[in-house]
Amino acid sequence: MRYDTVIIGGGLAGLAAGISLQKEGRSCAIVSTGQNALHFFSGTFESIQEPDQRILDLFNGAGIHVHYKKGVRLMPLGSFRESGLSLEDVSLFPTPKIGRKVLIVNFTGYHDFFSAFLAEGLEKQGMECRIRFLNLPEFANFSAMRSVQIARKMDIAWEKVVQEVRLLIKDEDTVVLPQVFGLRETAVVSRIRQGIPAQVVFAGTMPPSVPGIRTQMQLKQRFEVLGGTYLMGDRVLKAHVHDGVVHSIVTKNLDQHYLEADSFILATGGFFSKGLKSNPFQVSEPIFGLDVEYALDRNQWYNPSFAADQPYMAYGVKTDAQLKALRQGESLKNLYAIGSILGQSHPELGSGAGLAIRSAFAAADDILSTPSV
Amino acid sequence: MNPNEFDVIIIGGGITGAGTQRDCAMRGLRTLLIERSDIATGATGRNHGLLHSGARYAVNDPESAAECIRENMTLRRIASHCIDECDGLFITLPEDDLGYQQTFVSACQQAGINAEIIDPDLARRLEPSVNPTLIGAVKVPDCSVDPFRLCAANMLDAKLRGGQVRLHTEVTGFIREGNTLKGVHTVQRQSGETADYYAPLIVNAGGIWGQHIAELAGVRIGMFPAKGSLLIFAHRVNNRVINRCRKPANADILVPGDTVCVIGTTSTRIPFEECDNVAVTPDEVTMLITEGAKLAPSLLSTRILRAYAGVRPLVSADDDPSGRNISRGIVCLDHEERDGLKGLITITGGKLTSYRLMAEIATDAVCRKLGVEKACETAVTPLPGSEERSYEEVAQRIWESPTTAQKAAASRMGTRASRIRSGDRHDEALICECEEVSVGEINAAIDRLDVSTLTDLRRRTRVGMGPCQGEFCACRAAGLLAKAHGCIEKERNDIAQFMQERWKGNFPIGWGDTLREAEYTQWVYKHVLGL
Repeated sequence: MRYDTVIIGGGLAGLAAGISLQKEGRSCAIVSTGQNALHFFSGTFESIQEPDQRILDLFNGAGIHVHYKKGVRLMPLGSFRESGLSLEDVSLFPTPKIGRKVLIVNFTGYHDFFSAFLAEGLEKQGMECRIRFLNLPEFANFSAMRSVQIARKMDIAWEKVVQEVRLLIKDEDTVVLPQVFGLRETAVVSRIRQGIPAQVVFAGTMPPSVPGIRTQMQLKQRFEVLGGTYLMGDRVLKAHVHDGVVHSIVTKNLDQHYLEADSFILATGGFFSKGLKSNPFQVSEPIFGLDVEYALDRNQWYNPSFAADQPYMAYGVKTDAQLKALRQGESLKNLYAIGSILGQSHPELGSGAGLAIRSAFAAADDILSTPSV
Repeated sequence: MNPNEFDVIIIGGGITGAGTQRDCAMRGLRTLLIERSDIATGATGRNHGLLHSGARYAVNDPESAAECIRENMTLRRIASHCIDECDGLFITLPEDDLGYQQTFVSACQQAGINAEIIDPDLARRLEPSVNPTLIGAVKVPDCSVDPFRLCAANMLDAKLRGGQVRLHTEVTGFIREGNTLKGVHTVQRQSGETADYYAPLIVNAGGIWGQHIAELAGVRIGMFPAKGSLLIFAHRVNNRVINRCRKPANADILVPGDTVCVIGTTSTRIPFEECDNVAVTPDEVTMLITEGAKLAPSLLSTRILRAYAGVRPLVSADDDPSGRNISRGIVCLDHEERDGLKGLITITGGKLTSYRLMAEIATDAVCRKLGVEKACETAVTPLPGSEERSYEEVAQRIWESPTTAQKAAASRMGTRASRIRSGDRHDEALICECEEVSVGEINAAIDRLDVSTLTDLRRRTRVGMGPCQGEFCACRAAGLLAKAHGCIEKERNDIAQFMQERWKGNFPIGWGDTLREAEYTQWVYKHVLGL
């Protein structure tokens, strides 16, 4: 099977690259193992503050409502962080004083939403808080309450939450709810906001992230609507490389049917996503055997403090200025590396989501600058 | 009666202190146990979790071996919910001398240990993980034991008999009149509150820290701190303890425990000042894996969960002739006889397997001094939770058709699992998925077992001990603790400390899946939860 570009990795970076290329008429296939960092997403694209038009177009084109204003956002354990480009789920405030009186609503038995911590954090900012629990029959046969299971029910039964919250509100001007709404039904978030006669703030939960999964599905859909091929649940076994050019890759599901392309993009993520592999002696890139920047002495990989920036998180594959990946010091002519597999080798592109999108655009632009064969 | 007056004060919340408190309480004494940190934070919680059959000592130390097998058989009866009667193998590899096997087996039999030579083929069938190149195997009655559970059960029994426990409380000095100790000055390390407690007898059961406690009382005990490093693997690779049939050496015991297995240990002399801060070095990790793989080759491809180290409280052959070595290994010092200081007894040396005997020896000494004649009954009275031997039957009786999580709870709590509130799906909801710990079980621990932090909770319930190392359960459990204690601010710091503590055991082995998990955890806590 032949495409203009084959992208390995279906997370934010891979999808951003795929959409950019597909929009310009290049045919793309994305090979995705399934899960990616969007499934553990806070709802705010850190390292993207003032978004440029191109980033906004990427999201708007996929029907994803994003917004930005300078200020802060509420974190799941009750602290505040600097704002960034955010999904509509995330409210951004000029200061941590987000309201006058706050009603925090949780579901009975749901331990992944930290209502008590939120209340304490908000009280510290001088707000009065009240916590109430909803015991809905929808969850009666759940063995454990987890975000995605709740969200599936809430896609259908969200109106019940609106009704119950309306009954609970006294003189509060702000209601805090868990981020468990609008998994497939993308309009649920705004409908809840319309239905509740107060400012509604959605606070994060333990992963998986419902807004993150929704965003991933919307981007994937956008890519497919543009004509892209998304190969879900597949993984790359090996690559055929000759004279510094990648010719094809072999995947588990497609077996004998090699994926061939003019260019390839590697967007397989960091350690967790298996873009990078490690053993006691080295850090490596498992598909192409690319050059990786890392400390040879394993003691240098870590900071003994859990909260500190960890050196290993900065490790990534080496590339040239066009993001073409290096192998034994030479750049492969048609293989780009994007997203968190780059580590911190390109600080000008930011980190996290910012790095994913900016490096995806850069790689797509470089591919588009050469005419399609 | 002054509420701060007791018959005996025990310093140290390890297994020796807990066992001694239980024994004293069973003899009718009013007891107070003081521990500067949490239960089982010293050597008690930092070893293999092996209930020795004694076979390891049979050749070189027959007295210890005989002591081990007696205690092993006793603890199976009285502490059944803390013990997995898994048996053990002593294997001979091609590089070992098969001739040693006969010496070993005769020594075992001499000590009363039922050691049986079995065909290597049978050994491979009994224990599929064993190194298939083995040329000899001996079956012995080794067991695996959960030291946290054992310690908590001893303390709980003491409390049920009127004993009091002060955790996170440090002894800062002794109250002294002439040559007699009258009590202790203490400070609660979390609140900073100070208090004095009085008793005619004080038992120093501080393990390696007992040297410091003795110094506070003005007497000297010479200890040789020996660090032992171990690795926990994320799977229960072996179902039986696997030992090497040779002269005891480094990393030659692999012990299964609950859902994991542990390889160890090393032995390195360290300065006393380092006891509070022992770390596992990369060289030790490499040695443990290399040697461990000789016992069970699949360890090479098994994820390592944590690295940790403990300090053995080895006591020097006493330089004071009046110090009595009651048994090799176990050392009970009567400081009145030895140093002319009344009111202080030190119990040290020994091992996890012989804790009950140590407690009996210390309590006998206490009773002699106090003129109490009641005999020791700890060898025949089951610990709370151990009244029945089969946890499956216990689970069956409590829940009729128990879920796997309920069976797991019964295996951890024994008969006391009946105290878990259940029937409500919210109590049955899982907080820790790796170890299957429910809301009800956590609340039961908070209610009865002196839990003040997440790390304390982990020692009592296994929350956060599984493959995710607390990533998911820490915040959930913190919510329950916050509710019970009513202090959110403290709980937020508690989460941070808990994650730091988990990381401490992860980074020395931070590669492969451990590094993947760490990256994920660090991402979630920093960027998603905003800790």
